[in-house]
Amino acid sequence: MSKQSLEPAVTVELAAEYGLSADEYQRMLEITGRTPSFTELGIFSVMWSEHCSYKSSKVWLKQLPTTAPHVICGPGENAGVIDIGDGQAAIFKMESHNHPSFIEPYQGAATGVGGILRDVFTMGARPIANMNALRFGSPEHPKTRHLISGVVAGIGGYGNCVGVPTVGGETNFHPSFNGNILVNAMTVGLADADKIFYSAAAGIGNPVVYVGSKTGRDGIHGATMASTEFTEDSEEKRPTVQVGDPFTEKLLIEACLELMATDAIVAIQDMGAAGLTSSSVEMAGKGELGIELTLDDVPQRETGMSPYEIMLSESQERMLIVLKPGREELAKAIFDKWELDFAVIGRVTDTGRLVLKMHGYTYCDLEVAPLVDRAPLYERPWEPTPPQADIDAASVPLPGPATEILHRLIGCPDLASRRWIWEQYDSQVGADTIALSGGDSGVVRVHGTNKALAITTDCTPRYCFADPVRGGAQAVAEAWRNLTAVGAKPLAITDNMNFGNPQKPRIMGQFAGCIQGMVDACTVLEFPVVSGNVSLYNETNGVGILPTPAIGGVGLLSDASLAVNIAFKAAGQAILLIGETKGHIGQSLYLREIHGREEGAPPPVDLAAEKRNGDFVRDLIGKRAVTACHDLSDGGLLVALAEMAMAGKLGAVIDVPAGTDEAGFLFGEDQGRYVVTTSDADAVVAGAKAAGVPVLRLGTTGGDALKLNGGDAISVGGLRTAHEAWLPEYMAGSLE
Amino acid sequence: MKAAVIVFPGSNCDRDVCVALEHATGEKPATVWHRDSDLPKVDLIVVPGGFSYGDYLRSGAMAAQSPVMREVVARAKAGVRVMGVCNGFQILTEARLLPGVLMRNAGLKFICRTVDLRVENTDSAFTSAYDKDQVVRFPVAHHDGNYFADADTLARVEDTGMVAFRYVTPDGIVDASGNPNGSANSIAGLFNEKRTVLGLMPHPERAFEPLHGNTDGRAMFTGLVEALS
Repeated sequence: MSKQSLEPAVTVELAAEYGLSADEYQRMLEITGRTPSFTELGIFSVMWSEHCSYKSSKVWLKQLPTTAPHVICGPGENAGVIDIGDGQAAIFKMESHNHPSFIEPYQGAATGVGGILRDVFTMGARPIANMNALRFGSPEHPKTRHLISGVVAGIGGYGNCVGVPTVGGETNFHPSFNGNILVNAMTVGLADADKIFYSAAAGIGNPVVYVGSKTGRDGIHGATMASTEFTEDSEEKRPTVQVGDPFTEKLLIEACLELMATDAIVAIQDMGAAGLTSSSVEMAGKGELGIELTLDDVPQRETGMSPYEIMLSESQERMLIVLKPGREELAKAIFDKWELDFAVIGRVTDTGRLVLKMHGYTYCDLEVAPLVDRAPLYERPWEPTPPQADIDAASVPLPGPATEILHRLIGCPDLASRRWIWEQYDSQVGADTIALSGGDSGVVRVHGTNKALAITTDCTPRYCFADPVRGGAQAVAEAWRNLTAVGAKPLAITDNMNFGNPQKPRIMGQFAGCIQGMVDACTVLEFPVVSGNVSLYNETNGVGILPTPAIGGVGLLSDASLAVNIAFKAAGQAILLIGETKGHIGQSLYLREIHGREEGAPPPVDLAAEKRNGDFVRDLIGKRAVTACHDLSDGGLLVALAEMAMAGKLGAVIDVPAGTDEAGFLFGEDQGRYVVTTSDADAVVAGAKAAGVPVLRLGTTGGDALKLNGGDAISVGGLRTAHEAWLPEYMAGSLE
Repeated sequence: MKAAVIVFPGSNCDRDVCVALEHATGEKPATVWHRDSDLPKVDLIVVPGGFSYGDYLRSGAMAAQSPVMREVVARAKAGVRVMGVCNGFQILTEARLLPGVLMRNAGLKFICRTVDLRVENTDSAFTSAYDKDQVVRFPVAHHDGNYFADADTLARVEDTGMVAFRYVTPDGIVDASGNPNGSANSIAGLFNEKRTVLGLMPHPERAFEPLHGNTDGRAMFTGLVEALS
């Protein structure tokens, strides 16, 4: 080594500042056999960060089912790939940008969208839909409004410009997110099943090419930042947040897809977390080869950047490509056309080493394999979450008329309309969007075909906190149910595991429990995990978030015209409840919002019943036997009916069966249930009985009010006003 | 009818409008890259929605100076029909083919929703298939759609029948509740004096087939084909 005099000397203390423990420092020394250079320390530091190495979560993630006949590529690549028939594939993933979005909400969220888009088009797919799952702190917290405003504008600012429709998502509020919001972004893309691009480098001597934006000093050590807890001075970490340029991303998408249509590419990898470091290590590691880069040739935005800065920068909108020999000119012409930087910065070698040179000196010469294979792996101690007691619905009776309670619930922060959010997203660019935001799933036609993909994001963090196993299963089941409710066959999921500090056994127990529930649900529902992301250390000053394994589900409609939405369509149609209602009130929004109690066991998930009921409903939709369908989730039956009435601007008369507990029946959150409307109730009821699926006649659509048992009533207009008012008024600051 | 669609690097509604044109005419429209200055001989030129060159400066300001727009302006002056949708409308005003400007929405936020529009003038190739005062529903999706012009210009566009579409309530009434972005006189779409150039913020190509929820935009394309074939 030489030129080290220009870099700080590496010591165990310096390594600690860069997030490596003393044990990890020793492990690094064993691998290098000498004191590493400063640039090498930076590379170890990011590659072994929680964000890049999954060192605390890997042992658990391995338990998730990841295969099915329709899975083309499971976890391990940039995104998961599934077969959707006719030689086509859907490629998708969800990824978190929690820490940066809290520090700098607009850019944090925008670059979250940019990063997940790149993960998908890197594999050869044109992105066709974006989704997101957002969690904010209590509305009363002084930062919440600012964070919502910035995150929503950032997601819109990026997604709208690149021309990918944002077709849905979910937003919750809870005080546990006061110091750590969650911004999980998902992209779904479309590719030919025989034209999928992977990241393994191949071909000794092949050129390694850098394309996209220039490298600057932004985002250095973003991955390391995202692998620690926050304290009160976290905002000083703003320089670790990247800045997005969606116009360049749009150019990069078009240029990469144009190059992918040729035969020039051997391997391709986007530069996301840990930038040039992780992309080059990833490509060399997967190909079991070496890579030698001349960093002088990396396009740079600023002068005087050091090798360390170039390797650790997380500047956005950049890709690393291994080309076939002799294709440089062809590739360069495409990037010239799109006015993007293009530079041959190195070669694939047979040494198995990552060699970095600059100004004629060698700054890094590391064996690649141990950076990945010998990364620390922790079986962290964990303790199971103690179960909470069941709560009897009869102990929390309605404190007033049911419609008054509905009026309060429908306007509460967790159930109020998200129109203020989704109207800031272009949900229709591409002209293939079918169901608009506000239904159970986003539905996007596969361009040029009659097929459609349904997409949803789901998780109920308060269930996961109360009982991680049930909560993990419920998140998967709800995603499966939401896809089913529009008529789609659920195919696969991506997961975004958001948790607190894994070094605390209680938090690791939440992680383990959620994984167990997910494994159970994915297995029974035949709904494998094909991609995912883990975000740990979502804690501030020792206070952790509710465990949030956000699930992104993708399903297929063989005929787009079969898709149904939640709106009541016409007066005089029968309203049926599919699935069993026991009146489970623990952890319900009714209990929390009306009785002020966030407690009890969350609803159990009977996976066999879930599957039976869902398969029955999907079959009904496929036969055009129902006119509307809505899954039951937060808020229970009466909230679902109100949402259907508001969407259709049409009322209904509902009979509460005699002898049932009203609170449990109307507001319980039992799982595995749907409300459907139909003009042939007898046929649906007979079909349900034959299939062994519980069914109940609830009433009939019609009028301009939701009426219970002919007496207690609330106008649909009044519901709409309450439902639509809260978020705009809150954001305008007019609620104080 | 022969049509051409201009493609800037940041255009993102070019494919959508091509699909609509192909449905209406039975043939694929020509697409013309922003650096090209030779346009094929066509009856209709469409400047589509998107973010032309990123629009980090005023929306459409850079695109208006591009080589292809010099040619579009020349063709427009020769009477070729030109339609700008969304970013295309912004570009046509920046290129001075239409008077006024499109400022940031009054609410300062991007807005994507389906709006009610009233057809104000049917004496054009773009609007001949509609009835006067017909209320149609097209989606809007923009951050800078707040039409502004000085009082003299507004009086002139009103007096000479240059207003093509106005934002209205579902009942066809012009008021603040029907105006999503604060546009002067609720102007959503504007002709030039000869009504051979149309700029509009709403997207007719997103209200083209039943899957979109309504097909009110279709008549714009079928009307153009009828008028220009």
